[in-house]
Amino acid sequence: MTASTVATAQTILVVGGGISGMTAALEAAECGKQVILVEKTPVLGGRTARLYRYFPKMCHPTCGLEINLRRLKSNRNVRLMTMTEVTAVSGSRGNYSVTLKVAPRYVTEDCTACGKCSEAVSAEVPNPWNYGLDNLKAAYLPHGMAYPQRYVIDPSIVGTPEGEKAKAACPVGAVNLEMQEETVTLQVGALIWATGWRPYDAAKIQPYGYDRFPNVVTSLEFERMADPHGPTGGKILRPGDGKEAKNVAFIQCAGSRDENHLRHCSRICCMASLKQTQYVREAFGDQGKSTVYYIDIRAIDRFEDFYQMVQKDATVSFVKSKVARIAENKENGNPILHGVDTEGYKRYATEHDLVVLAVGMEPEITGVKLPDDVILDSSNFIEGSKDMGMFGAGAASSPLDVNRAVQSATAASLRAIQVIHKSASTEAA
Amino acid sequence: MADNKFAAYICSGCGIGDAIKVPQLENIAKKEGKMAIIKSHHFLCNAEGVQMINDDIEKEGVTHVCIAACSRRAKTEAFHFPTVAMSRANLREGVLWVVAAGKDHDEVRQEMAADYVRMGCAEVKKMTQPSGNVKESSNKRILVVGGGMSGMTAALEIAETGYEVVLVEKTGALGGMAAKLYKRQPFKDPYAEAQDTGVAEMVARIAATPLIKVHLNATIGETAGAPGRFVIQVAQESGSVTEETVGAIVQATGFTTYDMAKLPELGGGQPNVVDQAGLEALARQANGGAIKRADGKEVKSVVFVQCAGQRDDTGTHLSYCSGHCCGTSIKQATYFKDQNPDIDTVVMYQDLRVPGMGEDFYRSAQQKGVIFTKGKASKVTGGDSCNVTFRDLILDEENTIPADLVVLATGQVPNAGVDLEAWNPVVTAAEGGDEAAKVQRDAMRTTSVLKLDYRQGPDMPQFKHGFADSHFICFPYETRRTGIYAAGPVRRPMDIAQATDDATGAALKAIQAVENAAVGRAAHPRSGDLSFPTARLEGCTQCKRCTVECPFGAIDEDERRFPKFNEERCRRCGTCMGACPVRVISFENYSVDTVGSQVKAVEVPDEDEEKPRILVLACENDAYPALDMAGLARMNYSAFVRVIPVRCLGSVNTIWISDALNSGYDGVMMMGCKKGDDYQCHFVKGSELAHYRMSKIGDTLKQLGLEEERVQTLEVAITDSARVVKLINDYVAELDKIGPSPLKGFG
Repeated sequence: MTASTVATAQTILVVGGGISGMTAALEAAECGKQVILVEKTPVLGGRTARLYRYFPKMCHPTCGLEINLRRLKSNRNVRLMTMTEVTAVSGSRGNYSVTLKVAPRYVTEDCTACGKCSEAVSAEVPNPWNYGLDNLKAAYLPHGMAYPQRYVIDPSIVGTPEGEKAKAACPVGAVNLEMQEETVTLQVGALIWATGWRPYDAAKIQPYGYDRFPNVVTSLEFERMADPHGPTGGKILRPGDGKEAKNVAFIQCAGSRDENHLRHCSRICCMASLKQTQYVREAFGDQGKSTVYYIDIRAIDRFEDFYQMVQKDATVSFVKSKVARIAENKENGNPILHGVDTEGYKRYATEHDLVVLAVGMEPEITGVKLPDDVILDSSNFIEGSKDMGMFGAGAASSPLDVNRAVQSATAASLRAIQVIHKSASTEAA
Repeated sequence: MADNKFAAYICSGCGIGDAIKVPQLENIAKKEGKMAIIKSHHFLCNAEGVQMINDDIEKEGVTHVCIAACSRRAKTEAFHFPTVAMSRANLREGVLWVVAAGKDHDEVRQEMAADYVRMGCAEVKKMTQPSGNVKESSNKRILVVGGGMSGMTAALEIAETGYEVVLVEKTGALGGMAAKLYKRQPFKDPYAEAQDTGVAEMVARIAATPLIKVHLNATIGETAGAPGRFVIQVAQESGSVTEETVGAIVQATGFTTYDMAKLPELGGGQPNVVDQAGLEALARQANGGAIKRADGKEVKSVVFVQCAGQRDDTGTHLSYCSGHCCGTSIKQATYFKDQNPDIDTVVMYQDLRVPGMGEDFYRSAQQKGVIFTKGKASKVTGGDSCNVTFRDLILDEENTIPADLVVLATGQVPNAGVDLEAWNPVVTAAEGGDEAAKVQRDAMRTTSVLKLDYRQGPDMPQFKHGFADSHFICFPYETRRTGIYAAGPVRRPMDIAQATDDATGAALKAIQAVENAAVGRAAHPRSGDLSFPTARLEGCTQCKRCTVECPFGAIDEDERRFPKFNEERCRRCGTCMGACPVRVISFENYSVDTVGSQVKAVEVPDEDEEKPRILVLACENDAYPALDMAGLARMNYSAFVRVIPVRCLGSVNTIWISDALNSGYDGVMMMGCKKGDDYQCHFVKGSELAHYRMSKIGDTLKQLGLEEERVQTLEVAITDSARVVKLINDYVAELDKIGPSPLKGFG
């Protein structure tokens, strides 16, 4: 797309196409503003679309995604660029020059999502949608509600016979293996960084053995396991031996609230684990057993209702303890949790079928060089920019749950609009 | 109309042409669909195909287009023809991808495709392209009710964006609860120290902003009208009334603190036991010096009791957590420690809730020597020396701590006005003549915050615990009263940092609302929709069902007791259309006819052909996408179903069911979103209403000599692609057992 000819100082750039980025873009567009939404992966939806259910209503993320996609489809004020990352920003509030890098998808807009390229190819790649827990074909549609509804050819097969198979299979000639990375420069008036979060690397929490024990997983992997559209078809199975995991331990604050890892509290993990105890119930009924090892249960404000409901579930118990270390029973592969139950100071060494580490959220842009003007706090969350033309939204600005992320994105949208209003009146003056 | 020209375009791409005879479909579009232009193309969505359609629109005067190709949810960028009415027959996700492959199924597949073409043509002929409802003039001022942190933030942000604000505050000064604080919790790196509240600065900025008009000592006397044309009576305490006209409203009416007197077991009402607001007052008095209690004694030891009268599951006090109070107690403990590190400060908590970067503030307090004890206080006695008796959950023993002062962290109680659940029965009784009810209604009305003169009641609906919020997770501003947005603690318990973000978001939505109202555009979830309901009042029987059942209070009654539709308050769900027993309500592009004509366009085979017909009315928000995704996954379901997407199950008029049954359909399935406490329905009550209406249909079915099973109402989630396939196939099997409809051949 020739965005450089249509973006102006009256355009807002939203970086990140998860729920916060989509919201920021849509809200500004529905106020009549021109928006460019860039997303580095092939599809919109971000991490929330990969959740099975949201707390506290236990509803499905794709429900809200459908509404947002419908709003997007009917609003020509938003121009969407996927496979796109920001590489440089210069200028100042009201007048930025942004350089974007567009990675090749190797599939053009002619794609009708018929699936023939996928059928033709046999090479596989780890499935990003399922955090690599399973594989999918190297010519793929990321998921059932993928938007843009356009296939992707993984770079690993480009230039190989597999790539040629994909190309030959396409009935409309939409596979273009010659696609190159493109650089696009845009002029925009304001930027919203809705770059979201990533899970803290559980392997860094050495005593928990995530990298050594197969039956220690992260909350995000567990979420995929519980999802009927996930790698195990919704069955909660131990990665080690494929057996059902009925006795599940949840370790809260894994890598959070910790001077050695993430100093901040990631806010959502208590509610996420409480939610996941109900997945165990959904799978196993009264035969399931969930134990939540916690420091403080942060089911804040109205989420307290959900906590009270889970407390009444006889299959869920709570242990106030920061688990010291995890060992493994070599005979059956069961993880053994060692620690002290601080309510009464009793030491324990408890076996479970599976351990779920409620890992923290760290900003996705951690370690990425952002424009100098962007103000980051000590955990790399975006507080804003010195000249107040760039704003953080959603989990990029603070560890937030969905409701608060959307609230944050809506607010960021207004601040961006204020910037372009000001620059418009300056131009007119 | 002489000017209309109908065209049908059939795509043979994506394998459609290989499995389905497209020429036969073209014939149907011509002979039965009565289309003036019929074309097919092997790749309709590509540039050439789209150009072909655009050329016909420009040069052939085509006004209505039926596209028989993929689902309406696909290729929306390509099939974008904003100047004409468009229907989309789903031949790909709806036929090709879901009917079992192979020659054995050729016949039923062709019949299914043929019916969808008939339906697409029938539908588009009944559609008019909505022209919107552009107003000659529309008010773009925004009313903010409440001048606390949330209200002031909303006012400043709205003004900063270039819009006028009317700010109404009931007390004599702006600032609300925040103005009574000594300091606020930190909201920026390094999150170590309490900060100035910023209230004084905001008040000064408001005074210096010409776009903001402030009414102090004022409440709302009445709110009438709709977005773009609200007429507000601002009632001054003095008795005078000022009329203001605005386009949208932000309700930021905040909270009051839970009454400590309800906590006598925690010392409420006893000397030297205060709540957090009380502590702030003492801190302001001290102004950096030693904090003294009411009797003048310097406080040397203080205990903060968290969750006082909150997180209560016995039903006695507040069941929720107020979110800010742990952070507030930490802040208040540091008031003491900052002044004198030797003062004993103990925070007695059940769960220490300082999310996000608040963790650094918690560390800072610990470094200053604040003690944190996990314990549940069972008894507090006030007096010259207070005592807090508690169960120490770490040491697992009962203990008592003495203190000079005890601070109870009580909860936020929202100022949300009248609870409509309590209001509605009182109004019904009053309208029925009950004098006591009339008195009660008038008394309740005085407690209303907005004093809306809507038929549905004077305030925003409260859903849980008295907060004015619709409880959507993805859409916090999906308000139940169009153009009126709640912000701050009146919506959900929250701290100042959240409240300022919330108010900024609400400001944007209010601005969007005034811009939408000016051109007749719908708000979320049907954002951008220009259609709106009109009624043929000559046929109206004044049953009031539309008015009462509208989930958004968009319909009033006029002096002649006919429904008065307020387009600006409407969300375009069509629940009114579904409610109307005489079918006088419709939208330009969605009406009893657009769906009814589709139902009747289907060819229903005779009984001996053993090819049943099942109508599926699928809500477009969750059920229709689930069906599309079943197709994407190539799951097979019966070729005997005919799916029609509807805006909401609430918009389903029973005439569609009767039309289907009278035409000889063997069954009707209605698939919509979840209802109840954890509801998913984006129009709040639509799904619930459909279930309720269908529960009444049993008698009608009996009269027709039909089994109850012939009409099903189901709750479906968007992820239920496998389940909807099973539901359909199981239902077809069930109907097979029951036997064909006895009404075949009579339609």
